[in-house]
Amino acid sequence: MENKVNRNIPDEILASYDYQPFTSTDIEGMPVERVLPTFKATTGSNKLVDSLADLVNKTVRDGMTISFHHHFREGDYVFNKVMRIIIDNGYQNLTLAPSSLTNVMNDIVVEAIEKGVVTNITSSGMRGTLGDAVSHGALANPVIFRSHGNRARAIETGAIKIDVAFLGVPNADEMGNANGMDGDSAFGSLGYALMDAQYAQTVVLITDTLKPYPNTPASIKQTQVDYVVKVDAVGDPEKIGSGATRFTKDPKELKIAEMVNNVITHSPYFKDGFSFQTGTGGAALAVTRFLRQAMLDNQIKASFALGGITKPTVDLLEEGLIGRLMDVQDFDKGAAESMHKNRNQQEIDASWYADAANKGAMVDKLDVVILSALEIDTKFNVNVMSGSDGVIRGAIGGHQDAATAKLTIISAPLVRGRIATVVRDVTTVVTPGESIDVLVTEVGIAINPLRQDLLAALSNVPGVPVFTIDELQQMAEKKVGTPKPLEFTDRVVALIEYRDGTIMDVIREVKD
Amino acid sequence: MANSKERLRRTMMFVPGNNPAMIKDAGIFGADSIMFDLEDAVSMAEKDAARYLVYEAITTIDYGTAELVVRINGLDTPYYQNDIKAMVKAGIDVIRLPKAETAEMIHELEALVAAAEVEFGREVGSTNLMAAIESAKGVVNANEIAAASPRMIGIALSAEDYTTDMKTHRYPDGQELLYARNVILHAARAAGIAAFDTVFTNMDDEAGFYRETELIHQLGFDGKSLVNPRQVAMVNKVYQPTEKEIRNAQQVILAIEQARIKGSGVISLNGQMVDRPVVLRAERVMRLAKANNLVDAEGEYIGK
Repeated sequence: MENKVNRNIPDEILASYDYQPFTSTDIEGMPVERVLPTFKATTGSNKLVDSLADLVNKTVRDGMTISFHHHFREGDYVFNKVMRIIIDNGYQNLTLAPSSLTNVMNDIVVEAIEKGVVTNITSSGMRGTLGDAVSHGALANPVIFRSHGNRARAIETGAIKIDVAFLGVPNADEMGNANGMDGDSAFGSLGYALMDAQYAQTVVLITDTLKPYPNTPASIKQTQVDYVVKVDAVGDPEKIGSGATRFTKDPKELKIAEMVNNVITHSPYFKDGFSFQTGTGGAALAVTRFLRQAMLDNQIKASFALGGITKPTVDLLEEGLIGRLMDVQDFDKGAAESMHKNRNQQEIDASWYADAANKGAMVDKLDVVILSALEIDTKFNVNVMSGSDGVIRGAIGGHQDAATAKLTIISAPLVRGRIATVVRDVTTVVTPGESIDVLVTEVGIAINPLRQDLLAALSNVPGVPVFTIDELQQMAEKKVGTPKPLEFTDRVVALIEYRDGTIMDVIREVKD
Repeated sequence: MANSKERLRRTMMFVPGNNPAMIKDAGIFGADSIMFDLEDAVSMAEKDAARYLVYEAITTIDYGTAELVVRINGLDTPYYQNDIKAMVKAGIDVIRLPKAETAEMIHELEALVAAAEVEFGREVGSTNLMAAIESAKGVVNANEIAAASPRMIGIALSAEDYTTDMKTHRYPDGQELLYARNVILHAARAAGIAAFDTVFTNMDDEAGFYRETELIHQLGFDGKSLVNPRQVAMVNKVYQPTEKEIRNAQQVILAIEQARIKGSGVISLNGQMVDRPVVLRAERVMRLAKANNLVDAEGEYIGK
């Protein structure tokens, strides 16, 4: 059947996964039932285990769901260490439920899929060789893509039931008190892993730095942890963060960033006490710089910045321009290190950050968010998941969640190389157009017709030409031409859930 | 171009003729003139490819109100004639001749342009010309070059070659260019055409760029050749009129309008006669104010 964003969801998918089709971004009043783990109480005085291999043997069984976090990003050693043991031991039919999959995990997941070790995956996203393999039908069952908030919801409600969580931490004591901000491989907030620590049946901490008991501040607490294993190294500090953050010199990115800043400062939300979220990437970081100047010029301070935190955002906190950083993950070393010294940089878990099945998540209070897009269509639907070749190469991240902000801005170039970004219909709907307010490109902006108030507020801003989104789409098509439609088989290789657990779209196997 | 003499030419942005990505995006930075380069930016092996690329861009991409200029290869090169033909056929606004040293060179270019206009069915006289002066000889002959043809819309100083020819190099304070700048400016003004200052290439020296731009603004140049889109906003900032200048210009223009309604030949403002230079300056201030988004469609000051 067709859902609200005109995506054809096969009936067998609806039936076998017990899915409701996506209908609305409004989830007020959605009934929620949480499922807590059952376990046997432990009173021992030491949870330290010598051998990771022995522990895997002891805890993992065929058919189980195992989880990891991706806070080490491209510097992760833990995922490969554990998966190597699992593959070599010949486990079968596992479900992989990490918070996301980074490139450094690709090869071993592909191997696990090929050997039947992993037959189900749920993740925020995937890229590279793994995305390619899945898009070519390598995995037995469709991948389920969930936003960070939706993963929290799925874990809390039992849609994801984690049997064993393998959580790498840069420090821990022998009872399992741990945080993400100390040690050689510190990455800052443990935001996504906190869900696993709270809800997994068995929680295994893997660390390279044992601290004297009691280790504080403790983000993961001993009350949640079953085992602690010491290994040589949990991560490569050089690859965990993006290092020193440099502002872009790309004139096109700067142009877009300047226009995004103009949209924000001319919107009704730019006033003292406002809140915002920006991502990474050249344009987003440049927006932070422009916004800083606008806040100084207009004597406006933000009450909080949310989500993934970068050093430039930390600078604003230290300058007194932001009251609190509500930090679910840190993108660079500067942001990770600052968590220690800035008491107003608050670690938050994925549920607090963005979970729809909550008594209120922080995204509900968010005024302004700047998000990216691989494609955006004339209905303002956004794709951040499949590339111009139809192959999976992205992640939902917090996109659907943060897009519920009062002013959701998509910042994207009209075209990338010879590929149009603004299209008639996105390949994959990830975030519904209903929650997108303004598209900013290098040539001008388009405002969602649902937001007549913004149309009035932004119609006469110098240096910000306003177009309809159809005009922008035609401009893009005129520049790069009309591409041949992508070809897919009927086989579904991935499912895109909305943040409330309804189904937004499916991704089919690419035909080569 | 009907208003060719009066249009703003603060920023002439270089775009390498062999770079599709930059050619595709050249229109988004608000440069008054976009100058596609077929000459120094393009290696010998790519001369033909670049010519095709720029031809396709001009005939395909909408660059809005920007004036489109192409720097062709010099007349001592084998690419010169084909560059002229292709660019006239594409309907380019202005052809820029590098290394201009004599009026003769302009006459030769003009003849070839006129022939190409006939060959490709363009209106004869529709292609404007400009010249870059890059040598001592060019500076000495600036007057005759500037006045060589009614198609001429401007002359530009090109300082790298010029300073080499003068057995010096560029210094931060620009003393070595003072004579050439003033000669070129006078030649341009005497001929009633635009004067363009040379490029500033060190993108890390923002203060130096502002210092140089403020100097050439003070001297009276129409604008500057630019190597990076980020410099467009910086030049515009220097050329931006003050609120006081805008308010004064509005009063002058109001006085003209009142004089016209009254049928009076004499324009007066605050009891003083407004003469022609004041009127011209006021009109230029209002054009600059509009271009910098400092006034609305009705000419009312809206500030920044």
